[in-house]
Amino acid sequence: MVDKSTVGHIHMSGCTGCLVSLADNYGGLLTILDRYADLVYGLTLADVRHIPKMDVALVEGSVCINDKLSVEEIKQTREKAAVVVAVGGCACYGNITRFARGGQQNQPAHEAYLPVGDIIKVDVYIPGCAPTPQLIRNVCVMAYLLLKGTKEQKELATNYLKPLMMAAQRGTTACFCDLMTEVINQGLCMGCGSCASACPVRAITHEYGKPQGVRDLCIKCGACYNQCPRSWFSIDVVSAYEAINEAIMAALQ
Amino acid sequence: MGTELGNYKTCVSARSTNKELLKSAQDGGIVTQLFAFALDEGIIDGAIVAVSKEFALKNPSKCMAFNPTLDDLEPWRSIPAVVSTKAELFEARGTKYNISPNVSLIKEATRSFGLDKVGIVGTPCQMQAVRKLQLYPIGARDVGASIALAVGIFCMENFPYQSILQLVEDHAAMKMEAVKKMEIGKGKFWVIGKRGQVVQLPLKVTHKYEQPGCHVCLDYVANLADISTGSVGSPDGWSTVFVRSKIGDSVWAKAMAAGCFETQPIEKVKPGLELVTKLTNEKITKNKATLEGRKTFGVGKALRNPYI
Ligand SMILES: Cc1cc2nc3c(=O)[nH]c(=O)nc-3n(C[C@H](O)[C@H](O)[C@H](O)COP(=O)(O)OP(=O)(O)OC[C@H]3O[C@@H](n4cnc5c(N)ncnc54)[C@H](O)[C@@H]3O)c2cc1C
Ligand code: SF4
Ligand code: SF4
Ligand code: SF4
Repeated sequence: MVDKSTVGHIHMSGCTGCLVSLADNYGGLLTILDRYADLVYGLTLADVRHIPKMDVALVEGSVCINDKLSVEEIKQTREKAAVVVAVGGCACYGNITRFARGGQQNQPAHEAYLPVGDIIKVDVYIPGCAPTPQLIRNVCVMAYLLLKGTKEQKELATNYLKPLMMAAQRGTTACFCDLMTEVINQGLCMGCGSCASACPVRAITHEYGKPQGVRDLCIKCGACYNQCPRSWFSIDVVSAYEAINEAIMAALQ
Repeated sequence: MGTELGNYKTCVSARSTNKELLKSAQDGGIVTQLFAFALDEGIIDGAIVAVSKEFALKNPSKCMAFNPTLDDLEPWRSIPAVVSTKAELFEARGTKYNISPNVSLIKEATRSFGLDKVGIVGTPCQMQAVRKLQLYPIGARDVGASIALAVGIFCMENFPYQSILQLVEDHAAMKMEAVKKMEIGKGKFWVIGKRGQVVQLPLKVTHKYEQPGCHVCLDYVANLADISTGSVGSPDGWSTVFVRSKIGDSVWAKAMAAGCFETQPIEKVKPGLELVTKLTNEKITKNKATLEGRKTFGVGKALRNPYI
């Protein structure tokens, strides 16, 4: 395919787990790079110094506001990329970097970290710590279909990506407290258990069917909130799960 | 075919051909029979079901997402568990009318339980949760493709445990530990005692005890399951079955070929799909009205709508 989209991986303050998750698509990643995407920027992956123009920027990690270069690069990313995707808990919600207090070698004064959306406008979220290879894959395929697909494919991709775009618009915090304030306190929880299953640190258990969070354990990754079917749910999109899954698999054949 | 019943390839009235299985099944034993067959055939290597105290005490490691001291568990409290033998499946038979967060074990089933092919039974909302995590796997790495059979059960509403306690011990004046079966059908909530006594409560009495989250639910017949089943529409002891997805179609065909079920055409049984459709529409209409009402709940303040 000639008409590939150009993609860059922008590494802010993250643990590289997101990049590893992307790579964990193995053959799928090769298919994506072979057919749909040209990697035009990426630490250790592409030999480019300055952030070039690109269709999609995948940003991993939060932004250290005490580091001029990081701030500069994230602003450039916004200028150069048509679509900015925040990949992973740190980029979307700050996640563990919210707990940073500085003091680490060799930059002890680097102590304040903000989710990408607090510095620039972000278009799409891929939450999760680490984000799953499958969600990264799905978004990559859908982003390609959105930019280069047929009319029907564009429509499908728009509908699929819509909740992840709404998540980006919604803001830069999501943690167990958001489940409380926006699902449980709103009378929407029905006790399915998705939140407990999604939590990477097992901060959530169910008592009498209802989620209880140990808030001191919570690292503010936003997985529970976004996995919950009562935070956001598109009946139309999810009902087409078989067809969508088949379309993604076919794209990676 | 209207859209309220979801997509389906086949709909029949059915029951298990295993008489032993049917003894403690809620209805036609569809769920337990499907999982037992799928286990035998290697279609699944375990399933997430809802068990109760007796099982949990014997098998604490199978209910690991469950936290409180097992000794303190009350009778009829439902507990999600991962089971991997037919005997364990049999112990999980029957409906527990209180919330069992089965999806809480979906990731763990593929981790410490080591399952590659997971079966899960759940209410329509739990089937929605399963499909959301397959399509948008945010905290579910490598889980989606391991879900080998998702069986949905029809559901008008569910109850917090304390509501059931209130209904059984206060309204029906029965001890929880003396109850053999609970059932909702023919417009009544039935409490059947171990000594054979039967108490029926009008559904009107139960409404205020329902889980509030159920009042925004727009699915009655588990539209997103591979196969969904419930008692409504079929005669006593039989179940109405919708075979929905490709996976569901393949498993159902194999189970039929193996003689797991006897069936009757849904058109031939009373009350049939007409009642299923009627109840489905009633639920959707009522809960759409609730969602509408949430828009103007406060003074210039709406309650959240989860659907986008
Ligand atoms: C809360 C609730 C409301 C229901 N409302 C309706 C209704 O309005 N109309 C209707 O036709 N049918 C309804 N059902 C379904 C019906 O009661 C039976 O569960 C269904 O017909 C399956 O019967 P069976 O004989 O095939 O299953 P069985 O072979 O007896 O197996 C039942 C399976 O369901 C699991 N289970 C039991 N309780 C729960 C629970 N709380 N959550 C998740 N899984 C559970 C068990 O572990 C078991 O694996 C409801 C079920 C529940 C749990
Ligand atoms: S409770 Fe768990 S899943 Fe939810 S935000 Fe906190 S760490 Fe993440
Ligand atoms: S995922 Fe949402 S609806 Fe399900 S138990 Fe958790 S908070 Fe409740
Ligand atoms: S009524 Fe809906 S939300 Fe409530 S338990 Fe049943 S399927 Fe879930």
